[in-house]
Amino acid sequence: MKDQTIIRFEQVTKQYDDDPAVLNEVSFEIERGKFYTLLGPSGCGKTTILRLIAGFIEPSKGKIYINEKIVNDVPANKRQVNTVFQDYALFPHLNVFENVAFGLRIKKLKNNVIEQKVKEALRFVNLEGYENREIREMSGGQRQRVAIARAIVNEPEVILLDEPLSALDLKLRTEMQYELRELQRRLGITFIFVTHDQEEALAMSDEIFVLNNGIIEQSGTPTDIYDEPINRFVADFIGESNIVPGIMVKDFSVQFAGKTFECVDGGFDPNEAVEIVIRPEDLEITKPENGKLRVHVDSQLFRGVHYEISCDDQDGNEWLVHSTRKAIVGEEIGLTFDPEAIHVMRHGETEEEFDKRLEAYEEGNYEN
Amino acid sequence: MKTRSRNIYLIPYVIWIALFVVTPILLVLYYSFFDIDGQFTFENYKKFFTPVYLKMTFSSFWYAFLITVITLFISYPTAYLLTKTKHKQLWLLLIIIPSWINLLLKAYAFIGIFGTYGAANSFLGIIGIGSKQILFTDFSFIFVSVYIFLPFMILPIFNALDELNPSLVDASNDLGASRWTTFQRVIFPLTLDGVKSGCQIVFIPALSLFMLTRLISGNRVITLGTAIEQHFLVTQDWGMGATIAVFLIIAMVLIMVLTGKRKRGIL
Repeated sequence: MKDQTIIRFEQVTKQYDDDPAVLNEVSFEIERGKFYTLLGPSGCGKTTILRLIAGFIEPSKGKIYINEKIVNDVPANKRQVNTVFQDYALFPHLNVFENVAFGLRIKKLKNNVIEQKVKEALRFVNLEGYENREIREMSGGQRQRVAIARAIVNEPEVILLDEPLSALDLKLRTEMQYELRELQRRLGITFIFVTHDQEEALAMSDEIFVLNNGIIEQSGTPTDIYDEPINRFVADFIGESNIVPGIMVKDFSVQFAGKTFECVDGGFDPNEAVEIVIRPEDLEITKPENGKLRVHVDSQLFRGVHYEISCDDQDGNEWLVHSTRKAIVGEEIGLTFDPEAIHVMRHGETEEEFDKRLEAYEEGNYEN
Repeated sequence: MKTRSRNIYLIPYVIWIALFVVTPILLVLYYSFFDIDGQFTFENYKKFFTPVYLKMTFSSFWYAFLITVITLFISYPTAYLLTKTKHKQLWLLLIIIPSWINLLLKAYAFIGIFGTYGAANSFLGIIGIGSKQILFTDFSFIFVSVYIFLPFMILPIFNALDELNPSLVDASNDLGASRWTTFQRVIFPLTLDGVKSGCQIVFIPALSLFMLTRLISGNRVITLGTAIEQHFLVTQDWGMGATIAVFLIIAMVLIMVLTGKRKRGIL
């Protein structure tokens, strides 16, 4: 299992002068052949992590390992990683072929080898026949592909992608999401993808690191993070959520909005104050008398696939509902949900404590 | 209607160009066909191709070339370091300020510095080399010219380097290039336009320097500029002076055409 690890961060801190640290004692492991996403709002330190791996900057504290060797002092040109830049950083004075061949020419490969490899890389990104084009003649999506070809042609162990889709329009972006994922599967090398777009992260990744203020808030598979966000920040950042205060009466029983509900979470202190999360798509509209919650419809937006309905309950909590059924603004409706839809979050819990608690009460479950 | 009203704004420019650019050139061309007695002749052009003037032309080009190359070798690293400093605009200003001082003043200052009892010679005396003839040598001529032209070369190169997208340098490193290779393959080719315009700005005036040749090199260096000045002011042979000017103009146009070509698209 250990030899699967390709990159390891050990309490890495990055700080410029006396400013607050951009990264604060971050530790994580990256395994071979997986698609990772670093997700977070701008300024959270995700690009800093990428630049640390690429070797453009050095950590202020901590150790970075690539293949179990400390690489803190290894310059970028000596590392087996390649980057696809946000602005692609294609060389404007070279044509497509020479851009892709750049790394191979540095390695002083023979001309016929270079030609064969470049052609292969361009075929991989569906740009056959574009060899002699100038960069300025290429569209945004095509430049993107040239940048990817330029990275993969060097056969690196890891490819770093710094928000490479942010400059593309929505349709092209969705298309490239499929292509990138497909490319990663075909190549079988590690991709580390940086984005602030949570949908992109959920759609593409094997594993997501959610970052905020220089620390990793939560890491896990897209479903883990979506279904069991560890705190308010993650719940809010990943998808839409209804977050309301509640009290954990006892394990598997939570009180909020003036009522007590059955739930599937445990491991809390009795009567502990908690926050509960219910995703808008888990709320179902029903008649007021059948609903677990009685709410007043405040406003409604048509979003194409669904209606986004904003409601208020008597306690003043706001509830966002995604429903394919229409509601009438100003009417009273009932909302119902499954016990599994309630996710309970403890205040100020770290990822480690969260995992421990989850393990503890799940074990308890099996014993019963 | 629209184009006509737009053309109105062009009038001052057109008048300026016609009066101060086109007319003087035509006058120079006109005078080049008359000898010292005001007779129409091609004699001036024939004279230009005699060894005296060809040698002068060659030496003009040679000195201009030397000045340009030396200026470039000093300016590029300077401009590069400037882009890396924290207060680059301030440093740039400090480098540009000397170019605001009158050329003549600077020339006289150098006469003082390089003179027999000047600062340079007393320094040489102190370190034990002893007094040397510095003024009125090729060295002093080139030194002072380089000093005067430096800001004009640094500025365009600095601008080109400053506009260079830093992620291109990262990309080059990322693809395995060392710093030197990155400079050769990415930084220099992409700042070539700045180098070219810097060379134009230096080489073309350097071709026709005349004040410095007299003041600093004591007429040991005779360039086409000196010759023109002498013909107009001393021998009063306006025709020959104009002929040399015509060749100088042709040379400048050629240089502009040769160095100004090939515009690449910059992202």
